[in-house]
Amino acid sequence: MPVITYREALNQALREEMQRDSNVFLMGEDIGLFEGAYKVTAGLFAEFGEKRVRDTPIAEEEIVGLGIGSAMVGLRPVIEIMTINFSLLALDQIVNNAAKLRYMFAGGVQMPLVIRMPEGGGNQLTAQHSQSLAVWFAHVPGLLVVAPSSPADAKGLLKTSIRDNNPVIFIEHFALYNTRGELPDGELLLPIGKADVKRVGEDVTIISHSRMVQVALAAAEQLAGQGISAEVVDLRTLRPLDKETVVNSVRKTSRAVVLEEGWPTYGISAEVTAFVQDMAFDYLDAPIRRIGGAEVPMPYARNVERAAIPSDQTVIAAVKELVA
Amino acid sequence: MERKSRTVVPKERVDALGTREQLLRYLKLMVLIRRFEEKAGEMYLRAKIGGYLHLNIGEEGTVVGSVSALEERDYLYTSYRDHGYAIARGVNPKAVMAELFGKATGCSQGRGGSMHLFDARVHFLGGYGIVAAHIPVATGTALAATYRGTDEVTMCIFGEGATNIGAFHEGLNVAKLWRLPVVFVCTNNIYGMGTAVNRASAVSEIYRKACAYDIAAERVDGMDVLAVRDACLRGVERARKESEPTLIETMTYRYRGHSMADPARYRSEAEVRWWRERDPILTLETKLKEQGMVTQEEMDDIEANVERVVEESVEFADRSPAPSLDDLYKNVYAESEGR
Repeated sequence: MPVITYREALNQALREEMQRDSNVFLMGEDIGLFEGAYKVTAGLFAEFGEKRVRDTPIAEEEIVGLGIGSAMVGLRPVIEIMTINFSLLALDQIVNNAAKLRYMFAGGVQMPLVIRMPEGGGNQLTAQHSQSLAVWFAHVPGLLVVAPSSPADAKGLLKTSIRDNNPVIFIEHFALYNTRGELPDGELLLPIGKADVKRVGEDVTIISHSRMVQVALAAAEQLAGQGISAEVVDLRTLRPLDKETVVNSVRKTSRAVVLEEGWPTYGISAEVTAFVQDMAFDYLDAPIRRIGGAEVPMPYARNVERAAIPSDQTVIAAVKELVA
Repeated sequence: MERKSRTVVPKERVDALGTREQLLRYLKLMVLIRRFEEKAGEMYLRAKIGGYLHLNIGEEGTVVGSVSALEERDYLYTSYRDHGYAIARGVNPKAVMAELFGKATGCSQGRGGSMHLFDARVHFLGGYGIVAAHIPVATGTALAATYRGTDEVTMCIFGEGATNIGAFHEGLNVAKLWRLPVVFVCTNNIYGMGTAVNRASAVSEIYRKACAYDIAAERVDGMDVLAVRDACLRGVERARKESEPTLIETMTYRYRGHSMADPARYRSEAEVRWWRERDPILTLETKLKEQGMVTQEEMDDIEANVERVVEESVEFADRSPAPSLDDLYKNVYAESEGR
């Protein structure tokens, strides 16, 4: 199996789907000639031209509106919002139009729209450029929200997202673009709405998504050296949640830590905790532990920023408390 | 501000008045919309209709004139004041009234209500409830035509209040930058709810805003259905032949308040009277009578026929079933490949 980066995996998914279906096209700021702020679209402008790889003005509401209006009449736009922080300028289009039009118009329109955007902190980009806001979208009926943690998942889920007739919010992570991983040979399509057990264990389940899965795996590796066997469940899709995979794991281990990079108040860990206690209450040997980012606007100084983002050490400490 | 003369299109008529058949069609449609809206207001007061209800009464010239410029293959988007546009575009008045009544037979199956009428069959791509937010969406539909190399035109209707928000400016910028086949029709009825245009917009002549994007623009008498039609025909032709956007401002007035909850105390009786004297139906009726194209007897027939259509729409809506509770979650998501 070839080893590629998360960035290359996304690029392959885009290229393959554009080759497969002439209705698939890309729009976003600096995705064409400049090849993307994070180079995810490298080479695509040269290969497909400006009609299918469209550089837009800096106008997020318009960009998403263009996607919605073209999807309604049968095109399959894939939009790149440079970072999730800028999606706030397009929230009205995403929440009031993309998510609702099919329902409001009684199934009279399809919405085959993908909005890709990276989130997360860790590069000293500070308060306005380091947020993890996936949960804002996961709250909304009508949206699908996907947040892969590995190159293979990124490729397989992006291809499926492009083929889906629903609006998909596709959350990437800045710090994952250079992450390497094995890619299975052949056509790779992964279903939306399926979690994945990334590491099998017996003593505790660590539930997470996106970059925090890598953090959980690092923690699990160290815990193994200390005699604690941790299972790592990658949610992969945040809406709809694959409750079954999560609950089956917790029923086996009887302990759960839920880990997210974003602010935990009303967060993804809150939602997961709620359904786990509901569906596996009698199996739990300890309260569910939640770990999230510090509830502050992201600070600049490197040491303070690091302290604001959960690390493998944070996870290890929480697990040890839980299994003690 | 320097004004480029080329942004204002000469106002010569594309056509003469039109054929008698066309003119009578406009007249019938305007009367139908007027009586439909009056009936909708009445049904609202009788609690047959819930939520918000925004009526087109007074704006029929703009409604019928703009929609009449479109071909079947073209697309139409409107704001939430959408009943007249839906009817003019060919949505069955029964399906519109049933939607207002919240019935399963409504054009949005009781999911949209007054503000979200929709019918893909006649390329009526919906009424939208957030001011100006459908402008970017309409540019997307226009983009699809250029992407495919087809010649459908997209028309987008919004009020003057929509021109002070970012979505309007972002949409116009891209429409010109990418040469999109779209006709923006700003129905300037002078009030955004109760705030007059000169209290909300630094430039009260809305069509002048188009010069910032080098978009062709003109202002027309929105009470004159023919003036609106002709301006829109020029816009549609520019979109179809040259793939260029146009902004048309129609000066019009709603005789009622913003919604049924608004008694419109912010404007004078004299002002309302001034506009009523320019009533779009009366204007066309008088013109046609002067030309000997319609008699009072024919007008009476039109009224009688319209009354029947409106009554039938109410009866249909009244006896239609409410949506099934089993369908509460239907259409939140599409069933797609891969899931």
